[in-house]
Amino acid sequence: MGNKPKPKIAVFKFTGCAGCQMEILHLEDEMLQILDAFDISYWVMVKSHNLKGPYDISLIEGSVSTPREIREIKEIRAKTKMLVALGDCAVTGCIPSIKNWFPQRELEKKVYPDTSVIFSTKIYGIDEYVPVDVYLKGCPPHRNTILELLKGYLLGIRPFIRPHCVCVECKLRENSCLITIKNRPCMGPVINSGCGALCPTVNRDCEGCYGPMSSPNASALAETFRKIGLPEKDIVRKFRKYAGTTPDFRKEAEGE
Amino acid sequence: MNEKSVTVDYVSRVEGQGALNIEVSADGEVKEVQLRIFEPPKFFESFLVGRKFDEVMELTSRICGVCPVAHQITALRAVENAMGIMVSEQTRDLRKLFALSAHINSNVLNMYFFAVPDLLGYESAVAMIKDYPSIVRRGLKLKKLGNDLTDLIGGKAVHPVTAVVKGFTKVPSKKDLDTFKKRFKEARKDALETVDMFAKLQVPEFVRKCEHIALSNPKEYAINEGRMVSTEGLDIEESAYRQYIVEKQVPYSHAKHSFVVGRDSFMVGPLARVNLNFNRLSEDAREAAKGLNDYKFPNFNPFVAHLARAIELVHDVDECIEIMDRLPLKDEDLTVMVKEGEGFAITEAPRGILHHHYKINRDGIVTAADIVTPTAHNANNIEKDLWHLVPKFLHLPPEEIALKCEMLIRAYDPCISCSTHFLKVDIRRGKR
Repeated sequence: MGNKPKPKIAVFKFTGCAGCQMEILHLEDEMLQILDAFDISYWVMVKSHNLKGPYDISLIEGSVSTPREIREIKEIRAKTKMLVALGDCAVTGCIPSIKNWFPQRELEKKVYPDTSVIFSTKIYGIDEYVPVDVYLKGCPPHRNTILELLKGYLLGIRPFIRPHCVCVECKLRENSCLITIKNRPCMGPVINSGCGALCPTVNRDCEGCYGPMSSPNASALAETFRKIGLPEKDIVRKFRKYAGTTPDFRKEAEGE
Repeated sequence: MNEKSVTVDYVSRVEGQGALNIEVSADGEVKEVQLRIFEPPKFFESFLVGRKFDEVMELTSRICGVCPVAHQITALRAVENAMGIMVSEQTRDLRKLFALSAHINSNVLNMYFFAVPDLLGYESAVAMIKDYPSIVRRGLKLKKLGNDLTDLIGGKAVHPVTAVVKGFTKVPSKKDLDTFKKRFKEARKDALETVDMFAKLQVPEFVRKCEHIALSNPKEYAINEGRMVSTEGLDIEESAYRQYIVEKQVPYSHAKHSFVVGRDSFMVGPLARVNLNFNRLSEDAREAAKGLNDYKFPNFNPFVAHLARAIELVHDVDECIEIMDRLPLKDEDLTVMVKEGEGFAITEAPRGILHHHYKINRDGIVTAADIVTPTAHNANNIEKDLWHLVPKFLHLPPEEIALKCEMLIRAYDPCISCSTHFLKVDIRRGKR
């Protein structure tokens, strides 16, 4: 690569579980090559000497849920060329966003005796506050998608990020349809692919851990669930899980 | 001597967001030690209420991306206990294999990527590659071994999907496991070399006797099931947890502090497990431990936790092979009858005792949840250790004192994301 400086990568943790960072670390076979091609400028979970930026790529794991995080995401945006929402929390808020359906004071009362020191906002993906350049969906995004992003960056081409639903991958794996054949409430038709239709392949309904696909028809799927006899409360729970407060799923997550 | 203030704004090479403040007076007295967990709270126990019994493992998995398997198994066992569901011997075995695969992955991550850089004088494993390529490669290889096995059993390593109430939706094939058996047999050598490496790397001499708590089981090296025992004579069933372990909120941290009723803080994790269950380790692991000249167990130097992880790695590899040998790998019936009830479960996550407790109504809906994670158990003890550790290093400049403190914190391998979720004590019947 000659004398060209290596691109600088930063990895930040916001309100999340570290699973997306773990998924990067699960690229064990490629790790040494990745480290050869990129400079890790900032990654607190992995190193002690972390630089203040600017960064070529910032990977953000987690949603924004505190005043401190609002300030930090804006600061990171200002010194980042390509800002990546790494995983569902950063994209939609993911599982912790279920809390958005409860009054904050009730949540706090259940966990902390003294709520005067707790400062927690509703949970949103990072694009509630700053523009995002790349969305890597998934809880966590598959490590191959992360690799695809890094390769695309090095080659200067647009990475192939799948916009279609899980059903496409399910067909490619020649699974029989859980909804039409077995009357099971599979979320596949409205959920973004990238998992290789893992759950239907191991005999589970898709629960939606990659979040909404591009332009999903959530109301049609809710109607299908009604037809196969799923109670209204279960339909609400299904949509109020990984991405309940997104415009795509909000209506179904609210219920009747 | 001047007043010293040691501050670490963001403790590195651990999972999650924590900071450290230490104040020392001019006459060398430690005035303040605060391990501040500023990881945002996520309120899992609050929003689990109203969810369905079969979602609990999927939701609680998201408490932690480092130990999702431990949360899943604990959640499943607590739900099964609540609904009176018994699981087959195959499911027990497959869950143990599942848990061990995750222990290998997590413990190797701590040993090779969080701890070794300190002991060799580097800021990260990345910085070590040039001088110690074989160590970094061995770490990556061992980590991949655990990770690949979790992938095989769970469908994916981070937030697996196959483990459900009563069993697994897909059981691995014999052919798949045979491939792994071969890789595990080859890994024995790497595991023993890991013990060797940590036996040679010098850690601070620092002994502080405190209560160590672990699961214990006469039949096996306890990970998923057992009684909770301690070096101070605790010996209780998992359902009695809340009668003995309580916690209080501290104003500077989002993680509450745990202690044993009427006693003090305590340690959980690999060192506590090895100390309390040494005789249930595999023969290889015991031999490896007995061959160490400078270290004897039980051991109360928290820095010896790294060595305990290495010894456990030898055991984990051995037990994985044993389980693979005896698994029948049959498809099983997973139908369950929903039943009202209350269930408790305790397991050993890689970092130690993990407690889940649920109440479930007759429609299968969660009405109360209580989760206490290993780091929530350890946070109080880490602070207590630091009060005693700092005076030993007061002659050093603040940056170096800070490094010693960070090394101690990393020896506990805290998982800070986990630690900000737990609920106060009052869901047991009869209280309030």
